[in-house]
Amino acid sequence: MNSRRTSKSLRVWQLAMLLGLFAFWHVVTHPTLLPPLYFDNPHKAAFFFGQPLGVAGRIWNWFSSGSIYAHLWVTLLETVLAFVIGTVSGLAVGLWLALSPTAAALFDPYIKAINSMPRVILAPIFGVWFGLGMASKVALGVTLVFFIVFFNVYQGVREVSHTVLANARMLGASERQLLRHVYVPSAMSWVFASLHNSVGLAFVGAVVGEYLGSSEGVGYLILQAEGTFDINSVFAGILVLTAFALALDWLVTAAERRLMVWQPRSGETERI
Amino acid sequence: MQGAAPALSLERISVTFVSDGAARYTAIQDATLTVRPGEFVSVVGPTGCGKSTLLNVAAGLLAPSSGDVRVNGAPLAGLNRKAGYLFQTEALLPWRTALDNVTVGLEFRGVAREEAVTRAENWLARVGLRGHGHRYPHQLSGGMRKRVALAQTLILDPQIILMDEPFSALDIQTRQLMENELLELWSADRKSVVFITHDLEEAISLSDRVVILSAGPASRPIGEFEIDLPRPRDVAEIRMTPRFIELHTRIWQVMKEEVLKGYEQQKNQ
Repeated sequence: MNSRRTSKSLRVWQLAMLLGLFAFWHVVTHPTLLPPLYFDNPHKAAFFFGQPLGVAGRIWNWFSSGSIYAHLWVTLLETVLAFVIGTVSGLAVGLWLALSPTAAALFDPYIKAINSMPRVILAPIFGVWFGLGMASKVALGVTLVFFIVFFNVYQGVREVSHTVLANARMLGASERQLLRHVYVPSAMSWVFASLHNSVGLAFVGAVVGEYLGSSEGVGYLILQAEGTFDINSVFAGILVLTAFALALDWLVTAAERRLMVWQPRSGETERI
Repeated sequence: MQGAAPALSLERISVTFVSDGAARYTAIQDATLTVRPGEFVSVVGPTGCGKSTLLNVAAGLLAPSSGDVRVNGAPLAGLNRKAGYLFQTEALLPWRTALDNVTVGLEFRGVAREEAVTRAENWLARVGLRGHGHRYPHQLSGGMRKRVALAQTLILDPQIILMDEPFSALDIQTRQLMENELLELWSADRKSVVFITHDLEEAISLSDRVVILSAGPASRPIGEFEIDLPRPRDVAEIRMTPRFIELHTRIWQVMKEEVLKGYEQQKNQ
């Protein structure tokens, strides 16, 4: 009861902070509300930092006219495709390399090199290879997601408890059954641990790809607005993306709770 | 049925580990151990004497450097399919419920799900876990997890059960309960059991025969004692009987020296 009340008052304070932030933003950017502190022209602050009311109006406009849905849909689809392709390929390659030490030894320096390369610089090349459509954004997202999943799977397979493995063998598991019933579930727990990261990076891949060259998507909206110095639209795009990322993160948390019931959470008790 | 052939025999087994080329460690040298069908044999020895190594050889998880392993008289190649293994540390699959952990061996053998579940529920009941099948290992206590592991192994009806200090992580009360339950399950359908422990009292109260291993490296059996205590036994009560104390004294005389030797070695490492 007590903890519920404190969490409720916490929410109230969090909301108050958000409102306070917007109020501050409004006060310092609204022309002539404050005497000029830094800029000589009273409209300059609004020009550089946008205005919360303008931003809210823009967002309202986008959603009420429905013009943003197509862009959101594109960005979402790119994110999901990058996430799925990156996760599946990372899982497959991770399992393969973890279970065949020769291949792992052979590829080791290359994997290290590709992983330490700042992969966002691949975006222009992907643009050339796959065009300005969705494919180049998905490709960028995949290169970001793949390595996170790959390293986690690799680690997960190598850290399978020897006792659990020996036990499964003694219970009669064939090599295939070991893969399916021991290695993959163990690796999956590591994949889930990295899920927040990889969903976030799939999103980054999509938006950065769009920003660097595209004809649709929320990143494209931001790029267009920036080209015309429409700072309100830039901020509106950023806010929409943030809300979107939060929603994705929330979805991941929900999926995690459902699929990882077997993992102990600290301090968990259950009424019998 | 099996005639005179022992259920399990280890003949002149040596195990030498090589690490990074040069360094060699001989864990076991020239060890011979036979287990008759339906016999409960305990192997005791000081810590670090290669008890688990010996058991891994018997399970086929570890190939000996020299010597033969025979199961029912036939030489063992690969894993010992006649044997079930109860591990010292956690060996349950953490992503499966207790019930699914018990069915897993049947699943590996292609038994239909429905039948597997029926048999697993039966086994969970036999080890005292009726109604706990839906729980995951982390939701069970240490003793309960050991019971699940016991059911997981016994449901496959192995002819030989290899146990590696299975109860060493449990508190003393739980441990004695589990020991009594083990004896009860064992007496229902006498399997051959190799029980590894460092606890002499546990060894005597459970076994038909106690084998003492010398301190490592190059450990080998240095003494064997038939335990002629009457069955059925209660592990807590039998410890008070004069015959138990007599046996304990005799075996301890042999073991004491090895324990001190093992302790010295560990100290000087």
